[in-house]
Amino acid sequence: MMSKSYARTIELPSENFFPNLKTARRFAMDIGGSLAKVAYCSTIQRRTSLVFDEENSDPDHIYNISEAEEVIIRLHFVKFETKYIETCLDFVQKNLIQSKPSFMKDKCIKVTGGGAYKYKDLITAKLGVEVDKEDEMSCLIKGCNFLLKNIPDEAFNYQRHGNPEYQFQGTDPDIFPYLLVNIGSGVSLVKVESENKFERIGGTSTGGGTFWGLGSLLTSAKTFDELLELASRGDHRSCDMLVKDIYGGSYPLIGLSGDVIASSFGKAARPNKDHDKVFSEEDIARSLLLCISNDIGQIAFLHAKIHGLRKIYFGGYFIRGHPFTMHTITYAINYWSKGEIQAMYLRHEGYLGAIGGFLKGTEEEDEEKYSWGEHFVGSSGLASPSQAGFMLGTSKSSKFDLLELDRLDKPLLPCPLLLDSASYIPDTVDLTKDADARQYWLQCFSESVETTWRQALKSQPSCADAERRAHQFRTKYLDRLSVLKENPCCYGSLTVRCLLDMSSQYLAENLFTDPYSQLKKFDNEYAMKFLVKHLAHIDSLSWHDRQLELTKGLLAGNVFDIGAKEIRKILDAGKFGFEEAKGRLQKRPWLFDDFDEWKERLLRQPPHKCAVIFCDNSGFDIILGIFPFARELLSRGTKVILCANSKPTLNDVTYSELMMVARHIAAIQSDIYHAMAQNKLVVMASGQGSPCLDLRLIDESLVRVMREQEADLIILEGMGRAVHTNFHAAFSCEALKVAVIKNKWLANRLGGDMFNVMFKYEKARRVSASTKLAS
Amino acid sequence: MSISHSQQVASEVLTNGVDYPAMPWFGMDIGGTLTKLVYFEPADISETEELQEVETLRTIRHYLTGNVAYGDTGIRDVHLEMKNTVLGSRRGTMHFIRFPTSQMYQFIDLAKSKNFSSLSSAICATGGGAYKFEEDFFKIVSLQLHKYDELDCLLKGIHYIDRSNPQSECYYWKNPQEHDKCEKVPFDFRDPYPYLVVNIGSGVSILAVVSPTEYRRVSGTSLGGGTFLGLCCLLTGCETFEEAIELASTGDSTSIDKLVRDIYGGDYEKFNLKGHTVASSFGQMMSKEKRAMASKADLAKATLVTITNNIGSIARMCAITEKIERVVFVGNFLRVNTVSMKLLSYAMEFWSKGATKALFLEHEGYFGAVGCLMEYLKLGHPCHDL
Repeated sequence: MMSKSYARTIELPSENFFPNLKTARRFAMDIGGSLAKVAYCSTIQRRTSLVFDEENSDPDHIYNISEAEEVIIRLHFVKFETKYIETCLDFVQKNLIQSKPSFMKDKCIKVTGGGAYKYKDLITAKLGVEVDKEDEMSCLIKGCNFLLKNIPDEAFNYQRHGNPEYQFQGTDPDIFPYLLVNIGSGVSLVKVESENKFERIGGTSTGGGTFWGLGSLLTSAKTFDELLELASRGDHRSCDMLVKDIYGGSYPLIGLSGDVIASSFGKAARPNKDHDKVFSEEDIARSLLLCISNDIGQIAFLHAKIHGLRKIYFGGYFIRGHPFTMHTITYAINYWSKGEIQAMYLRHEGYLGAIGGFLKGTEEEDEEKYSWGEHFVGSSGLASPSQAGFMLGTSKSSKFDLLELDRLDKPLLPCPLLLDSASYIPDTVDLTKDADARQYWLQCFSESVETTWRQALKSQPSCADAERRAHQFRTKYLDRLSVLKENPCCYGSLTVRCLLDMSSQYLAENLFTDPYSQLKKFDNEYAMKFLVKHLAHIDSLSWHDRQLELTKGLLAGNVFDIGAKEIRKILDAGKFGFEEAKGRLQKRPWLFDDFDEWKERLLRQPPHKCAVIFCDNSGFDIILGIFPFARELLSRGTKVILCANSKPTLNDVTYSELMMVARHIAAIQSDIYHAMAQNKLVVMASGQGSPCLDLRLIDESLVRVMREQEADLIILEGMGRAVHTNFHAAFSCEALKVAVIKNKWLANRLGGDMFNVMFKYEKARRVSASTKLAS
Repeated sequence: MSISHSQQVASEVLTNGVDYPAMPWFGMDIGGTLTKLVYFEPADISETEELQEVETLRTIRHYLTGNVAYGDTGIRDVHLEMKNTVLGSRRGTMHFIRFPTSQMYQFIDLAKSKNFSSLSSAICATGGGAYKFEEDFFKIVSLQLHKYDELDCLLKGIHYIDRSNPQSECYYWKNPQEHDKCEKVPFDFRDPYPYLVVNIGSGVSILAVVSPTEYRRVSGTSLGGGTFLGLCCLLTGCETFEEAIELASTGDSTSIDKLVRDIYGGDYEKFNLKGHTVASSFGQMMSKEKRAMASKADLAKATLVTITNNIGSIARMCAITEKIERVVFVGNFLRVNTVSMKLLSYAMEFWSKGATKALFLEHEGYFGAVGCLMEYLKLGHPCHDL
């Protein structure tokens, strides 16, 4: 029964291009002259673990685990050459409509783009639906707003000689106003001021069509991509008249260097008999590309200047991620703005219209009110610089480009305790910039795949196809790691966080949503046995000794981390308890040791109003580390919010598990019981499902409670939340960043060793008046 | 010119003690494509002077004024010559001559054969070529080039000519889009500040001029006259600017460009774009069938329209950022090119809703050379401001 349900989602090879088509509903299309995009929404049902309380005579028993159906709403975007449109419509017809003849009855489909008119009848004939044409520009803007709001690292700027070439922009809580320069056949410049307010402030007819049209007249290239390919090999200096061709050198008086183009194609302006050579096609294509890119850059800059806009995004088929085009436009914007404005590009610019068109069809469903996350597993990513622009190559797999977005249960908002959410970057190290760290972590994650897939397999012992799926996880994840090794920028900033999250996504995609659930249950039950005795021991200590013991407990608990490969070795080797962990800890002074300042703070200043603790692992960590620490804060009159992940990952405690654990502790420990009864101790879901913590995207209820309770202390626990992310995060309240460094390489990098301790206490930081106003 | 008049002038020279440099008076602007030469022919030559005039000088004068074409490619624009013009202390005729910069070595050889260096050891030049050919002038004809900045010269030239030619130099096009009603109307340019100069040579420079002595280069584009001619040569096989303009004047760009109506079937009302607006220059040429049908004339016209509209669009935005309403278009791109002038006039007026005016000057491309001549006259007495 169960194995059958797993088998149901096996991907047919032919289904790769339209994933989950069988559960698809609500289609939209964006049909351009060269590329078409199909958008649809699917529901994915998969099994996940559910914890629940049940009467049980066993005193160690905390909760039960069962399997439950989980439904995920996923958006799919598929991009292909417009010439395949009929084949694709046939495919949809065959695989979806035929099996559900009434599916499209009386429905209409939103179609945007120049092809909306041309293919209207074909779509109606194939799919049996009415075509509802949507305005291209408003779809584009809607899609752009959606991506900028939802997808971290959507925007980037491009530096040809930068390391890395792509500089991702994180998220911008304030996306408006901006200038969108859409370069299709012609160019439109649209000023976007809010979700619903935008205005076309200008345009130029010198666009992609000019490049393509003139290029076709002047060279033998047959396609746009062939032209780009020619241009990439050419040298514009043979056709263009440079300043130095006129001056013999530079023109310093007005600051023109000798290499500046004075007259595009100026050298071709000669009687034919004077041409000492025939201009090569490559050189002509290059001059043409430069001439048009420069011109668009200049016009965009002038419009931005007139309208006081500082953010310019470039999109449209002319760009299509082509590095040389992006370089030229970046150069032009930089040149004219004297470096004050940077040209920005979008990772998913090809999908703007399709996303906007789709959203227009779902207005009654409020899809825009949700937050959406990028499903990396099913998305194609940016092509590497060496192939970009030529994605429509000859191999079949490269003919289709995919983007998938998962709907999150609730809207996610930036943490209000951040000093400045606009400048906050969760990740400590950007692996696209740091080649040493990249090499180490990619290697490290490749090696840990072995343990991960075995654990996954172990977690579904009764499943017939578990082994196949576990192997598939391993193969796919390793494939992705090797793609990232070749092309680190292809999914935005490369970080330890995203490598961990990709692993979780690949596991879930292969129906291992919570491989550690049994282990977590066992660890929680085991740790619980020690709690009463541990608390009694703590209570017996003097105030000063108690503070140190609580902190050490917090640290010892954090040693039990499945995510760290060195720890797994120790844990696998056999008996290793809380006391053993304490024994392994670095002796004071710790690598980062603000303990005395923290103690001084507790001693000399009034208690905190409300502490927000982001918890890490199950077992000793949460039960013997976090709870006693929280209990001490509660005893001072501080309210405590325990935050746990909404979704499972590794052995991190989840919200629903933490609820059970807290109730169990309340039943045996009166302080906790009263605190919970009086709402002094609350358990909340963080909104995340990662071992790391991205404070830009946390659950809106948690955000609300943080504000209501005037939280004045944030505690981040564990390597994922305090070292890999948030190490540099600045808060407007006091912060504790606590972790045991359980990775030798990282420890060495921080100037320490295995089991070194980070205990950072940071005072509340202030922002300048202007920044504060903005937030 | 009466003798008494010239004597009067000569005496002025004496009483003021002004010392102008020796004849011949030349100003030269060596651009990327064209070299522009301005020659002042004194009409008030006294008998004494006539007798004293050295043979070489006379040869040069007769060669320049006796011909309208020089070699294969040099041309004197007779229609532009300014008679009875006072320059420095002299009255005479200003001649305007041009030849392709690619013929510079023939020109240098000519100067050598006419023994130019026996008259003067220096010649004033502006434009990029003043720098590029400096060494060759010195080596081949022993002439030292006095170099002046091309933008300084351009503005000095505009000021001089406009003052010397107040009635007929500056004009604008009335009803530029209506074939029958379109006419050239003189414009009073005596108090022009501030104004924008858009100098369209091979490339384009845009200057904001706020007073007779104050200006700034605000922008420029590499899509200029050189781009028009370069693309036309490649697309149609034509060889000269005149040929390209001739072709363009009979062509129809709507078969080459993609218009708004080609995409939307009519106007794109949402954005207030008329159906006849060009959406994508050369946009129809993406299609193989359309390419096969494209005529040379249509291609030349489309190139002209593309380049002109682009310059117009950039000039208009510069006018906005500089808060300037008068835009003066100069440069040899506009020579025999009423198509572009009318397009620019229409674009300025349409996009600014009538606020911005496109102005033109009769001596299109010669201002740099004239300004350069002004500088030459200063050589004798640096303090004297013309």
